[in-house]
Amino acid sequence: MRKIAIYGKGGIGKSTTTQNTVAGLVEAGNKIMVVGCDPKADSTRLLLNGLAQKTVLDTLREEGEDVILEDVLKPGYGGTLCTESGGPEPGVGCAGRGIITSINLLEQLGAYDNEELDYVFYDVLGDVVCGGFAMPMREGKAQEIYIVVSGEMMAMYAANNICKGIVKFAESGGIRLGGLICNSRAVDYEKEMIEVLAGKLGTQMIHFIPRENVVQRAEINRKTVIEYEPEHSQADEYRTLAKKIHENKKYVIPTPIEIEELESLLVTYGIAS
Amino acid sequence: MLLRHTNKEIKPRKALTVNPAKTCQPIGAMYASLGIHNCLPHSHGSQGCCAYHRSALTRHYREPVMAATSSFTEGSSVFGGQANLVQAINTIFTTYEPDIIAVHTTCLSETIGDDVNQIAIKAVKDGKVPDGKHVIHASTPSYVGSHVTGFSNMTKAMAMYFSKSTGTPNGKFNIIPGYVEPSDMAEIKRLVKEMDINPILFPDTSNVLNGPMTGKYKMYPDGGVTAEELTATGDSIGTIALGAMASADAARALDTKWKVPCQVQDLPIGLAATDRFIDALRKAAGVSVPDSITRERGQLLDIITDMHQYFYGKKVALAGDPDHLIPLVEFLLSIDMMPVHIVTGTPGQDFEKRIREMTAHLPYTVNVKAAGDLFQLHQWIKNEPVDLLMANTYGKYMAKDDDIPFVRIGFPILDRVGHSYFPTVCYKGGMRLLEKILDVLLDRLDRDAPEESFELVL
Repeated sequence: MRKIAIYGKGGIGKSTTTQNTVAGLVEAGNKIMVVGCDPKADSTRLLLNGLAQKTVLDTLREEGEDVILEDVLKPGYGGTLCTESGGPEPGVGCAGRGIITSINLLEQLGAYDNEELDYVFYDVLGDVVCGGFAMPMREGKAQEIYIVVSGEMMAMYAANNICKGIVKFAESGGIRLGGLICNSRAVDYEKEMIEVLAGKLGTQMIHFIPRENVVQRAEINRKTVIEYEPEHSQADEYRTLAKKIHENKKYVIPTPIEIEELESLLVTYGIAS
Repeated sequence: MLLRHTNKEIKPRKALTVNPAKTCQPIGAMYASLGIHNCLPHSHGSQGCCAYHRSALTRHYREPVMAATSSFTEGSSVFGGQANLVQAINTIFTTYEPDIIAVHTTCLSETIGDDVNQIAIKAVKDGKVPDGKHVIHASTPSYVGSHVTGFSNMTKAMAMYFSKSTGTPNGKFNIIPGYVEPSDMAEIKRLVKEMDINPILFPDTSNVLNGPMTGKYKMYPDGGVTAEELTATGDSIGTIALGAMASADAARALDTKWKVPCQVQDLPIGLAATDRFIDALRKAAGVSVPDSITRERGQLLDIITDMHQYFYGKKVALAGDPDHLIPLVEFLLSIDMMPVHIVTGTPGQDFEKRIREMTAHLPYTVNVKAAGDLFQLHQWIKNEPVDLLMANTYGKYMAKDDDIPFVRIGFPILDRVGHSYFPTVCYKGGMRLLEKILDVLLDRLDRDAPEESFELVL
């Protein structure tokens, strides 16, 4: 079983990319569990065709410690198993602690003991702002990280920061960076720039996903592109990404760069050039 | 040799504390809350915090210490403790019927960012706080400051919550006694009244944590400052805060809010500090010092002169809270003792500065450290031995290992009685301190005297 965590700046399209990639892997015959680590609990919306999920933490709060796996694990598109950790409403409590609690609970309940599983995907909120959001990186959790990025300055900045987090955990555990996924924002020279960034970080740009309106249409219809318009070229992009991840052999401990170097990258390759 | 691993070689330490000379903020907050009449302290956090703080206070005062807790679960840490606290307020007012709940926070509730002020307002809006009852609160994360900070925060909170100004002065005087024993609070009150001044002393733990054994249990003992008295603090003619660390914030807050003029004095420990306190009272209230107080002062002076030869030149190591140590070091210097090593666990650079100023005239340099620990003190003692150690009960290990005469002062004292009944402040307290110091010094003299010079009269 491969355990993969997807990180990236907030709003970059992590959840959309994750679910579409998962759909691609499912088509290829893989059995997958998706663990949403976002208090908004929308990481499995496209796979479940809506926000039908009762989160792990909601269940814990209502049922107490007597949670059973079936309460929190919903079957979604193509037999994927979907779970959402959930979290407090905005402005109260501690979402970071929520992720720790819910992943621990899933482990206790034996969610990872399913021998049919080929993949577990963690979809994690925004930056690695505190220890809780780094939970999927800890020893024995995810082994591979993919960072969703675009050619925008702050997205690249976040990707570099996430790499710093990975280095910390990679030195003590087995976690490795599998690559950058460029979710295009149609910024000038985007592909070239992300390829250079990937090189500097010691990794690869595993795939470049072009910007396509069909993604939005599929979202509104609560579906992945692969389910909504399987013939569309964008669906093939996700299938390709899925295939590349499936066949990926390049796992590295990243080499984060200084902020000055990152800025000069934008000057040399980016929109400023 | 329980501390046999302590060696002479002092290496720089940044992150590590060994044998701390302080404890948690909530302990101070809980102690201050107990100084309010009919008040139940409430710990907003996990059960373990509350249990520890209660037991720490119980072991020191040997009295039952009542406090409630929000009993955080895993879920509360994630979703916030609002539901637990609102429920707790409801249960406490319906079942345990205090007039006041004094909520203090813990590391956990602080770190997850619970806003107790907002929760308290919600509890009122939801009708969980009956008419005439009150919920006050202070923010007390243990990773900031020490028990003294917690005491200060809760004392400020009670002043801020209750105080009102009617515009008509009530002729009373606010006295904030600082983090001292119930016996000390009673002694301060006695002296102030003896000067014909009508005090509002807050907090006031006398008759709460040093009450008599009556055979009858009272959840809320007779002592403590009342809500009415706290309300009246805004109409007082002045405030004297004793101890800058523990009391100044509350006094300044009253000054800012209601223009009640405040002055911050040292705790009245020893001759000079008590003189300053009495003088401050005399001036502020425009009264004269009665003969009864002058007589007590004379008695203290008498002991000092009678026994001066035994104090002279004796080296002393001290650990305690800043507010206690500053006047205590001054007192020891005034009787020609030689404080050489001084440590407090409570952070704050003013402490080191005050001690340095006070000891600048000495022919030697004093070792002094704020945010220090007992390990450091012990290492200093190993390098330069002392004739007397003054610290809380945790000092007994050093005293035993290095065979040092030992006087217990401060918080906590877990292995002796007396501190809650007999004061160490003001002139009487000064006499008691000297008695304790002389007892251990002279016992040592007798113990070590060869037979031919074993004296009957000392």
